[in-house]
Amino acid sequence: MVTARTTRREFIKGTGVLIVGFGLAEPMRAALGQPAPAGKTVATDEVDAFLSIARDGGVSVFTGKVDLGTGIRVALRQMAAEELDVPVDRINLVEGDTALTPDQGPTWGSLSVQVGGVQIRQAAATARKALVDMAAARLGVSSGELEVKFGIVRVRADMTKSASYAELIGDQEFHLKLDKNAPLKKPAEYTVVGKSLPRPDVPAKVTGEHTYMHDFRVPGMLHARVVRPPALGAQLTGVDESSIGSIKGLTRVVRLGNFLAVVAETEWAAIKAAERLKSSWSAWEGLPEMDKLYQVVRATPVAKDEITVNVGDPKSALASAAKTLAATYEFAIHTHGSIGPSCAVADVRDGSATIWSASQAPHWLRRELSAMLGIPVALIRVHYLDGAGCYGRNGHEDAAADAALLSREVGRPVRVQWMRHDEHGWDPKGPPTLVELKGGLDAGGSIVAWQSEFWIPKLSAITDGVPLIAATLAGLPRKEAINPGNIFQNSAPSYPFPNAHALVHRLETTPFRPSWIRTPGRMQNTYANEAFMDELAAAAGADPVEFRLRHLKDPRGVEVLKAAATAAKWETRASPRKAAAKAAIAAGRGVTYVKYENVRTYVAAVAEVVVERRSGAIRVMRVVVAHDCGLVINPDGVRAQIEGNVIQTVSRTLKEELKWDRSRVTSVDWKSYPILTFPEVPEVVSVLINRPDQPPWGAGEPAAAVVPSAISNAVFDAIGVRLRTVPYTPERVRAAILAET
Amino acid sequence: MITLSVNGASHTLDVEPDTPLLYVLRDTLALHGPKFGCGLAQCGACTVIIDGKAIRSCVTPVETVASRTVTTLEGLGSVAKPHPIQTAFIEAQAAQCGYCINGMIMTSKALLDQNPAPSDREIRLALADNLCRCGTHQRILEAVKRAAKRMGRRF
Ligand code: FES
Ligand code: FES
Repeated sequence: MVTARTTRREFIKGTGVLIVGFGLAEPMRAALGQPAPAGKTVATDEVDAFLSIARDGGVSVFTGKVDLGTGIRVALRQMAAEELDVPVDRINLVEGDTALTPDQGPTWGSLSVQVGGVQIRQAAATARKALVDMAAARLGVSSGELEVKFGIVRVRADMTKSASYAELIGDQEFHLKLDKNAPLKKPAEYTVVGKSLPRPDVPAKVTGEHTYMHDFRVPGMLHARVVRPPALGAQLTGVDESSIGSIKGLTRVVRLGNFLAVVAETEWAAIKAAERLKSSWSAWEGLPEMDKLYQVVRATPVAKDEITVNVGDPKSALASAAKTLAATYEFAIHTHGSIGPSCAVADVRDGSATIWSASQAPHWLRRELSAMLGIPVALIRVHYLDGAGCYGRNGHEDAAADAALLSREVGRPVRVQWMRHDEHGWDPKGPPTLVELKGGLDAGGSIVAWQSEFWIPKLSAITDGVPLIAATLAGLPRKEAINPGNIFQNSAPSYPFPNAHALVHRLETTPFRPSWIRTPGRMQNTYANEAFMDELAAAAGADPVEFRLRHLKDPRGVEVLKAAATAAKWETRASPRKAAAKAAIAAGRGVTYVKYENVRTYVAAVAEVVVERRSGAIRVMRVVVAHDCGLVINPDGVRAQIEGNVIQTVSRTLKEELKWDRSRVTSVDWKSYPILTFPEVPEVVSVLINRPDQPPWGAGEPAAAVVPSAISNAVFDAIGVRLRTVPYTPERVRAAILAET
Repeated sequence: MITLSVNGASHTLDVEPDTPLLYVLRDTLALHGPKFGCGLAQCGACTVIIDGKAIRSCVTPVETVASRTVTTLEGLGSVAKPHPIQTAFIEAQAAQCGYCINGMIMTSKALLDQNPAPSDREIRLALADNLCRCGTHQRILEAVKRAAKRMGRRF
């Protein structure tokens, strides 16, 4: 079963993977441009793909998932440490290096722990079982007589008889397939999982010692800036290089079709050159009028209709209902808005490429670059480095493509740093969403009919990635994909209504290159469903929590909803609140419940708001979230994710909206695309329901899904006015007040 | 040639005089604490302290700070020997991606030097022009309060 290979030793010595920790060592090693080590498997069914144990007992865990600031860097180590029975600090985690880590899919969809971590856990359990069996053979006892502590296998009855993992396997490979039946530790015996261990990267991040993507440099590297077309579809007709001839340090202007960039010895020279370069472009006005957005969405040809729930006969149930309601909901186009614009370094030479990127999907990026560059996948190595927060597919991959193209052109390593206007103007966008709902109540105030229609862009294929800007502009090979992520999720309501139908129109096009932004689709769809649920509760004269409980059967759902209400000291009564409706400043509370993607993490939230009638300004004071994601690996990590989800989504709900003219995005900085600031930030209270006997589910997104509707419902409670278009800007709130009075 | 005093050390540098201080710190001096976020004085990621004031280095030409004292995040402390504000951020686990944190810490340092016991509102106002996209605000507020307590105890 165990064989040592010479390549293995070279791999260990050559890369130092097994000895380096976090911080500078790993990227600096990578900087030396060492070739991909031979012999390390990355096959996702092999134990050796996920972990190795060195002669000194140090454990390396290899994951295709990447941290992105979420804290999985500690959570994944906890999961591995627990199954292996080694201390967490003996585990070194290697993330997102395509030569060393298995392709576990992009870091998206709140799946890093649920899928990525569970794979690693199974690899660790398989390895542990093998190690115990090896120890049994060596010690001449049966496996059942052994126990493991701190990476040492001992005979329970005679502690002097032992063998360490290092002795049993040190520097050798397991050559084992992942065994899905390898026994897992019982939750009652957990000592590491379930603990709020601190994240290993925080000390270096708060002292300037952490090497971010943006900080990474390689010898001989040049700095580049891109010059994007002034209109999305404009053609480059001329470049006047003499306009920047006087800039010291400028190396080259690169032009490939409509792809234009400047390359220089220093960043400042590149920035100045990009600013001053005179170029001429054809006119292009292919964008829709901004204020006709939802008309355009509704009129877009449908590629395909999907039905996500179809129960009973909602049509006749609606016709015979005691009371019916209908409403239309809209959700604006959003940008990712990472605080650091996208950045990448590429070294393309001799038919191979080394790329450093903060991409959430290094393995996918490798395939996309391979298609663009015409270099075989095997000759491209992508290294992940932490970037500024990434909440989906933002500009990281595009910046990597820019850098790769430029490095190939100039024959030296190139660092591309997008400017703020590149990021806001050109990152892929969260597409607009339009939803229409109809509902019917019986005489007793229960929902008897639910009918919904969604207008959202189609998905060509989830694995297509998103067309790279550089490939599009330079006319290089690329997939013509439309990929907004799995945005149909949560179009079906989270309650088992007797008659329900949800119809999703997948549209041929959408105005801006789409991608997935945190809680894609689930946020927009939950917003419409749960605000409409509130409309029905009000029509039934019912308390919003009680009304939801009336329709909810799932016991875990019932529990989160009750937990949120209890923690928020929910006052039972129907909305809107009577006395306050006419006050100049009114307070209200709203609730929302969701079962994420209708199959996993349960979340309920209560939002408390204050609305100033005259200005239309909303302040969210507090959001209480109850959260059941099954087994909690790291409670503080889950809390941090809940806080991030809530605050970011309060921002998206109250303030954020892409702006454009017929040619281009015009919200290209933080003034034109404002986000939530400290004085506006609500208190976030989280209640975690831990279920150690259940699988661990995702926490990176679900708590964002409940925020827009909870706020809309709270505003309705405060002033009796329903907000149906995100964002709830003061102008929109004032208009809604006027429309209803 | 421009002479610059950064974190107590003096450097004579051959850089274009109109270069924003940020690029001199990051590229010439390899001080990566200050970050590029917008280049427009809108986000605070690039904040450094110059003569006791929190300054946005992305819009500060290096020639204008030649005779002044610049402190970067690295000048406060290190992983081995963190400043009390940095310790407070570690204790509160006040970083997700952490990209904005330089600005949060440097702006808080300037605040706490002026006002050692700020209220919640005063901290929020001091940080009003520092943006965080990950939604770490609640922990950042907690960290600044912890830091104020910690530093208060020292004197
Ligand atoms: S980078 Fe200087 S304020 Fe944003
Ligand atoms: S922690 Fe990511 S931007 Fe603040």
